Amino acid sequence: METMLFELALTCYFAATIVCLLELFKGSKATSRIMVGLVIAGFALHTANIAARYVISGHMPTASLHEATSFFSWCIVLLFFFLEYRYRIGLLGSFIMPVVFILMLTSSILPRKIENLSPLLQSSWLFIHTAFAFIGDAAFAMAFGVGIMYLIQEHYVKSKHLGGLFKKLPSLQILDEMNYRLITIGFPFLSLAIISGSLWAESSLGTFWRWDPKEVWSLITWFIYALVLHVRLTQGWRGKRAAILSIIGFSAVLFTFFGVNLLLKGYHSFK
Amino acid sequence: MKIAVVGLNHKTADVELREKLAFNGPKLEEGLQKIREIPGIRETVIISTCNRVEIYLQVQDVEKAYADMKDFFVLFFDVRRDSLDTALYLHKDMAAVKHIFRVASSLDSMVVGEPQILGQLKDAFDFALEKKATGVLLNRLLKKSISVAKRVRTETRIAENAVSISFAAVELAKKIFTDLAGKSFMLLGAGEMAELAAKHMMNNGVQDIIVANRTYERGCELSREFNGRAIRFEDFPAELVHTDIVICSTGASTFVLHKEHMQKVMKERKQKPVFIIDISVPRNVDPGINDMDNVYLYDVDDLQGVVESNISERQKEAAKAEAIVEDEIETFRRWMMTLNSVPTVIALRERAETIRKDELERFFNRFPSLGEKERKAIEGMAGAIINKLIHAPTVALKNDAEDKDVLIALIKRLYDLNGEDHEKG
Repeated sequence: METMLFELALTCYFAATIVCLLELFKGSKATSRIMVGLVIAGFALHTANIAARYVISGHMPTASLHEATSFFSWCIVLLFFFLEYRYRIGLLGSFIMPVVFILMLTSSILPRKIENLSPLLQSSWLFIHTAFAFIGDAAFAMAFGVGIMYLIQEHYVKSKHLGGLFKKLPSLQILDEMNYRLITIGFPFLSLAIISGSLWAESSLGTFWRWDPKEVWSLITWFIYALVLHVRLTQGWRGKRAAILSIIGFSAVLFTFFGVNLLLKGYHSFK
Repeated sequence: MKIAVVGLNHKTADVELREKLAFNGPKLEEGLQKIREIPGIRETVIISTCNRVEIYLQVQDVEKAYADMKDFFVLFFDVRRDSLDTALYLHKDMAAVKHIFRVASSLDSMVVGEPQILGQLKDAFDFALEKKATGVLLNRLLKKSISVAKRVRTETRIAENAVSISFAAVELAKKIFTDLAGKSFMLLGAGEMAELAAKHMMNNGVQDIIVANRTYERGCELSREFNGRAIRFEDFPAELVHTDIVICSTGASTFVLHKEHMQKVMKERKQKPVFIIDISVPRNVDPGINDMDNVYLYDVDDLQGVVESNISERQKEAAKAEAIVEDEIETFRRWMMTLNSVPTVIALRERAETIRKDELERFFNRFPSLGEKERKAIEGMAGAIINKLIHAPTVALKNDAEDKDVLIALIKRLYDLNGEDHEKG
């Protein structure tokens, strides 16, 4: 049942991604309505899938890489709805839905067995810690999408060839502001995730920090985004440089998320 | 019942002639009145803009109408007849329909896709309507051409891209800053083109305008015009720190703004984006500035390039628009055919009725002894024969056949209906 929900959600996201990519070349009001409809349907199915796993396992469904990746995508879509509703940025979907789809596809090929939580992790901290981490990561994913949009649009303006997506993409100012705002959302959540994680470690393991690879890489990610904000406020590194930094930052997020789990070992690793 | 258009436009007549033939002010009403008095002309609409003077007509004899209109132009505007020879064109029937559809859709305009013509056409139609100079045919034609123009505008992107340098600059500014309201704007030097661009910027919400001109007095004059403030030319570098958009046309022979200086400015304004438009020839702004982050420098050639690619974009869209026009001509043609068949159907029926009445009368005169019952029966039978005979041609006329105009002509000839013209004027 919950597997079926996942497959259907994946299918909806896939269809939405196709429509989004079509929108790059030939967009109309109709296609963006179809896209939003598909994302809503996918999100509803996805939510049902996550809820079902929660009911079956009795804990926050972030206990396997499959679950975590799926929850990560879920957070991105949630944030996407918010931005789409609030700001209506042209083509945002075309740059973020592929990310969602790739994450979901990755999630779908990972083992889907519902794991029993190791006694070490059985705590309400699990919910707090992972929720903070994924909301922060979702904001960074979004900043990554917006950063790419900025670089494309900037390229059009600088090269003085105003064809292609120039018309459809929003203005440089909007994209830059959005990139900044998303990082200012993501950064405190990442900080909270690290703080809640160390508090949890203290309560269950007795130490705040154990230099687990995930911890190290989270810290690296944290420093990258701290740098992004710092140079923006002090040196005026906005626009292109901020966009590039947000792309680098997101690669650190992805490495922290996948790389650490797949390549390095530690108590953050899934079975 | 034929449609014709007689007129001239920017392609056939130079501005001098167009000026002479313009229906300005009271001339429009007077002209409309005079044309309506010409025998054979039943409906009239005059469209007079700076690029075209056209008279749409509903007439019986197109060639005669053309000659009449030529006479009218010569007399009314006091121009030489030979000056009209090459300028004046005549389109009739479907060619006239196509012409007005293209005019309304701005496909026949000097700048393809410009939006004013539709408003001018609406005004012309309203005026003719008010003066009761139009009838069934031109009303339908003008309404249809307005709806065709709207369809072209929604289904193609013919009017979307800026095709003048100053509009292109505004369009770009919007893609850099989103909203121009609240942005500060500097006019560096005061050329005519810079002024035009400044006006467009103001229409799009720019409020804070600073003018730096070599002659301070001229700068003051300009700044009053734009409700801005003037500064001395030497002071402009300092002011750049607070300026988001700069239009430069000083007429200086060297650069007035160098990269080293701009780097300082950018540092001071914490890299807030700047859009510089250098419309001076030779250039007044160091082109190296465009390599800096968050500074966007466009010179005249760059903007010209944007405009040219926009124009070619419009031409591509124009091809789509032409297809829409062809499509709509077809629907209009069908409507006109149904319009034309109605009088023929009526004429046919009347002809049949007359024959029936005449023959019955003659028959009853020959056999006066017939009783009421027999008479009724014979009348009924005659009616049935007539009805059955004209049923097939009537159906054929009402059907929307490809060769309907041929059919109408044929039936008129076969039943000798030409004497009876039921067309409504």
